[in-house]
Amino acid sequence: MKIFKLIFKNAFRHKLRSFLTILGIAIAVIAFGVLRTVVTAWYVGVEATAANRLVTRQAVSFIFPLPYTYRDKIQQVPGVSQVTFASWFQGVYIDKNQFFARFACDAETMFEVYPEFLLSKKELETFKREQNSCVVGEDIAKQYKLKIGDVMPIEGDIYPGRWEFVIRGIYKPRDKTTDATQMLFHWNYVNERMKKETPERAGDVGWYIVKIKDPSKSGIISKQIDDLFKNSNAETKTESERAFAQSFLASTSAIITAMNILSFVIIGIILLVLGNTMIMSARERTREYAVMKTIGFSGSHLIGLIMGESLVISIIGGALGLALTFPLIQGLEKVIPKGFFPVFEIEPITIVLASIAALSIGILSSLSPIQRALKMKIVEGFRFVG
Amino acid sequence: MPAIIQVKNISKSYTRDSFAIPVLNDITLDIEEGEFFCLMGPSGSGKTTLLNLIAGIDKPTNGNIFIKDTDITLLNESSLAKWRASNIGFVFQFYNLIPVLTAYENVELPLMLTHLSKAEKKQHVEAALNVVGLSDRMFHYPKQLSGGQEQRVAIARAIVTDPLILVADEPTGDLDKNSAAEILILLDRLNKEFKKTILMVTHDPHAAEKASKIRHLDKGDLI
Repeated sequence: MKIFKLIFKNAFRHKLRSFLTILGIAIAVIAFGVLRTVVTAWYVGVEATAANRLVTRQAVSFIFPLPYTYRDKIQQVPGVSQVTFASWFQGVYIDKNQFFARFACDAETMFEVYPEFLLSKKELETFKREQNSCVVGEDIAKQYKLKIGDVMPIEGDIYPGRWEFVIRGIYKPRDKTTDATQMLFHWNYVNERMKKETPERAGDVGWYIVKIKDPSKSGIISKQIDDLFKNSNAETKTESERAFAQSFLASTSAIITAMNILSFVIIGIILLVLGNTMIMSARERTREYAVMKTIGFSGSHLIGLIMGESLVISIIGGALGLALTFPLIQGLEKVIPKGFFPVFEIEPITIVLASIAALSIGILSSLSPIQRALKMKIVEGFRFVG
Repeated sequence: MPAIIQVKNISKSYTRDSFAIPVLNDITLDIEEGEFFCLMGPSGSGKTTLLNLIAGIDKPTNGNIFIKDTDITLLNESSLAKWRASNIGFVFQFYNLIPVLTAYENVELPLMLTHLSKAEKKQHVEAALNVVGLSDRMFHYPKQLSGGQEQRVAIARAIVTDPLILVADEPTGDLDKNSAAEILILLDRLNKEFKKTILMVTHDPHAAEKASKIRHLDKGDLI
């Protein structure tokens, strides 16, 4: 008989209790995995940013536009290699629940500044050529079963009226964190219509995306850009794309922090549950530990037996939890609207953290029973009545 | 015969609520190799305490205990555990078998601390179970055995490492008359046939009849 056999027999001595504890750990690991996945999905936009891109927006607020005329001035700033721009279009596709990002952009430069949006040369040329065309991300094309040549009707809200865009390209994401849920079309197309229908809004763009040659000079270049428009009607605020993306998360940071804390609180709770189980088990076996000590089992043997038993339960629970987390996340990914979390999958760090948490629970919950078993005198152990 | 156990001026007292309660008073005792020694006395006389001290599972307040020239009162906990593993076999009143292990696995338990091969362990376990007459119950769990059978498994566990001394604390105390008689016959056989030195504590005069020497303890004094 090996010591592992004894550990396993002890771990499943009370089958129902062990099963419930394992189930509790599995549920905790699932909850931990889901919460961590939501948190990491929230940060995907930040992770996808490039160091060599700056964003210039209206200094007062992101919702106020900037004049199109700024483009050439920004282009002249030393260190700037390319300037593109975009406007948040919003609108309704099918119904209000079908949410994904829709941008009016500069078709000529957009894909040069965003090389992570992979589009074939032929599709790009067609897109540039046709004013009423659009490009959609691969995920959106899959979700709505769209193909090249299809027409996407959008009911405008920020830009009122009915808009129709012909799909001329479907871009693929270069990286895992690249958002493949965007719809991009010509700013010129939108602007021409604005000139006719609401001329006072024509010539406005949402923000500029500035590609720079040297990321280490982003601070200087940002200041130079903002200095250009100081004391104008539309002062600018230029910052790194990462800072820009993070500013969107600032409003939800409390929720994210709460979710982060909650994920660890769950681990703490299950630590107490397993700790309680182990204390009960060790208490019930006081006489057995006394017998084992009498036979010649040393302190290290008892540590191995008690910690081993705790680890068996926590590892099985952790493994079960992780095994169930994957299909659950896949199921959630299908249910959650694509545009809400462009990338929703378990990160390797989540698996590592969940595994560490399960192992830590196993080790920590055994410490108190181990201490008790080691401190117990043999003769007191034989007198114990459980 | 030389004395295998030498107890010299042993005293033991417990502290309860800052009061020292004497249990054994200056005990001196020699037990010879191959002897079946019985300690008798009423409850609270200190017989189990003396047995525990000789078996190295408790420490005296004063005095020394030599087992074959080793003063076990000088050994630390770790050394004492190793010493017990190779020198002492225990038989308890309430058998104290591990309920999740079969009879075979319970007997095998002390051998987990040895470096014997799997085949050698099997040989030892089967031999021990054969001596106690339970070869046919090897794979039964304690709850599937009678009290007498459980105690025989406990005896097999005690002898499987071929210890120097077998200590038995009220081995028949929890058994019916017939089972008790079987256990005493078995202990007698171990003493006579296998030349085991046995130190038994009992308050049962019938059990004590098997012993080659009987001493009485009363209120911590050997009389």
